[in-house]
Amino acid sequence: MDKLIVASSPHIKDKTTTSKIMLDVIIALMPTAILSVYYFSYVSALIIVTSVSSCVIFEYLFNLLSKKKHTETDLSCVVTGLILALNMPPLKSSIILSVIGAFVAIVIIKMLFGGIGQNIFNPAAAARLFLTASFSSLMTVYIAPLSDGITTATPLAIAKAEELPSYLDMFLGNTAGSLGETAAVTLLAGGIYLIVRRVISWEIPVTYIGSVALLSFLFGQDPLFSVLAGGLMIGAIYMATDYTTSPMTQKGKFIFAAGLGIMTASIRKFGSSTEGVAYSLLFMNALVPLIDRFTTVKTFGRNKKK
Amino acid sequence: MITKFKNIKGGVTLPHKKDTSEIPTEILPIPKLVEIPMQQHIGAPCEVLVSKGDYVCVGQILGDTSKFVSAPIHSSVSGIVTQIKDVILYNGSKSISIVIETDGKQTVSPNISKPDISTKENFLKAVRNSGLTGLGGAGFPAHVKLDTKDRTPDALIINAVECEPYITCDYRAIIEEGSEIVKGVRLLLDKLAIPKAYIAVEDNKPSAFNLIKKLTEEDSRIEAVMLNTRYPQGAEKMLIYALTGKEVPMNGLPIDVGVVVMNVTSVLTLFKYCETGMPLVSRRITVEGKGVEKKGNFHVVLGTYIKDIFEYCIGDIQKTLKVLCGGPMMGVTAENYETPVIKQNNAFLFMTQEDLDFIEESACIRCGRCIDACPMGLMPLTLNRYALAKMTEEMEKHHIMNCIECGACSYVCPAKRHLVQSFRVGKDTLKKAKVKNG
Repeated sequence: MDKLIVASSPHIKDKTTTSKIMLDVIIALMPTAILSVYYFSYVSALIIVTSVSSCVIFEYLFNLLSKKKHTETDLSCVVTGLILALNMPPLKSSIILSVIGAFVAIVIIKMLFGGIGQNIFNPAAAARLFLTASFSSLMTVYIAPLSDGITTATPLAIAKAEELPSYLDMFLGNTAGSLGETAAVTLLAGGIYLIVRRVISWEIPVTYIGSVALLSFLFGQDPLFSVLAGGLMIGAIYMATDYTTSPMTQKGKFIFAAGLGIMTASIRKFGSSTEGVAYSLLFMNALVPLIDRFTTVKTFGRNKKK
Repeated sequence: MITKFKNIKGGVTLPHKKDTSEIPTEILPIPKLVEIPMQQHIGAPCEVLVSKGDYVCVGQILGDTSKFVSAPIHSSVSGIVTQIKDVILYNGSKSISIVIETDGKQTVSPNISKPDISTKENFLKAVRNSGLTGLGGAGFPAHVKLDTKDRTPDALIINAVECEPYITCDYRAIIEEGSEIVKGVRLLLDKLAIPKAYIAVEDNKPSAFNLIKKLTEEDSRIEAVMLNTRYPQGAEKMLIYALTGKEVPMNGLPIDVGVVVMNVTSVLTLFKYCETGMPLVSRRITVEGKGVEKKGNFHVVLGTYIKDIFEYCIGDIQKTLKVLCGGPMMGVTAENYETPVIKQNNAFLFMTQEDLDFIEESACIRCGRCIDACPMGLMPLTLNRYALAKMTEEMEKHHIMNCIECGACSYVCPAKRHLVQSFRVGKDTLKKAKVKNG
């Protein structure tokens, strides 16, 4: 070749790509997904398959119809589908609802705002809230795990009245709840995997979970119960750490996660809604641009010279 | 003074690929033709002082100027000036080049004699006369850097970091000419009345560190410092921060925090000039990449065409797709093989398809990896948006001019965004807007 390539430096790049990051998140969520199939059998598997495939199909169709470059291969829609599925109650009706949820998450919340990196709200959290508001009777009925469909209340719902499930059952996910929000052990394992792989940083999950524990202790509740109950684990590790809808700097992440903790603990203590995590996420998502604006990093060599 | 921080802010860990480090330096034969541009440094270009048909000797001045920020350019060969032509340099700027047909005799100019370096003024004059510019890649005239006016630096930092992959010419200089380098450091300390010198090496070059340590054992004024390996630690401001914990102010100079930094090969070149009077006419260059069979370091006379090096190193013209002048992180691509070697070239990398993994740009996912990687405390993803939209006010507010174009952000970006490229364009847009608005 006599003609040489002329290009701007740098001429080498790291091997990490968007799809590799998303694949890591999928890997991290796999144990939780498998555990949910164990607890809730084929219904769970069907919800996951339906949710993931509808998310991919909706993104494909959106790109096709709006004549945009295809973005499905970055796998972010698979992650959204997986998280959405894990947020659904283990009922047969969820199979249909997950299609509606996928439409809300991908088309309305993500693609209409400009696709990956542009959406303001966490797609899965927004879709869950949409479904809860629209189909509340189907979204708040929970069945006991390994029970063949016996309806029961979630730990957070029984918290005020009856006897609580044991910490061990809550840790292992052997309580009622949506597909993936109950099993702290697999969610934590996946979270550690993501931190080790440097896909997420520790600031958001640790601050979020820590502040919920602290506040519930101050409110006179059992902090360990608060941490293990409801969607806090999946929310703190997988949804609050979504790059697009969380702040960019370390300082911003602390503020964001502390805000989430305060909101979640307050909703659980004072509110009547059971959707503490999802509402907090949406509220704090809206504040991200503001947080980003006030938490810029200090430029090298500044403030040294008048 | 030195707080032993040993770390820079941000940065990235790169594959070293320093496979040429243990190959002894070879001397490249004098080519038939050399081309010497009159702009090989940051600052004013030189005016041509010879005419077509002149016979020139090695070390003879070909171009000079009365401007302070500049450095004279000498003939690297003996032979006849056959052409004086307008050229466009590989960095895109216009210049004049002197083409010399060599006679292969390498006759040394009769004017070459040991310079007078008795006083500081004479020493600085000698530095200018040596034609020395920053040989680490920046090409900033050495006498400007060393002339700290009435401020005496607390320390002299010798940059032997060589943090870019592939490049090993500074390392070979230490291994092969370590004692001359140490003598050069002593000379600088004496002449500029600096109390202390630190020679900084990264811990991926332990033999260079041990050699310097051994050579400087007796001298309490000189200390070898081993730093963690991290890119871009070799950048002047980063190195100062890693060693002292001090930040050179924006738009400031190293002397503002009491130090002067010099590249290790620059010190060696300066020492040789003070000993012999032979100015900067040749240098050690790393040749690497899958496009050439013969790899290693070579003593090359300035003005040698890349094609001569390429041929000598048995290059495969079919396989070579990209020629980098410098390292893979900050190097500039040569447009063709008729590009001459200039003072600041420390490496030529002949890259093939295997070395180049071009992936298309995709949307920013706001992961923030670029913020963590930026050693200058900038927000590359935000700046990228402003630069692409030509939002000059925002660019300035977010300190785009503070970007050192190290490429760390582009390197880590999972969406493979062309961040640095957009900042180069953005800086230019900002400069033009400022000129326009007075």
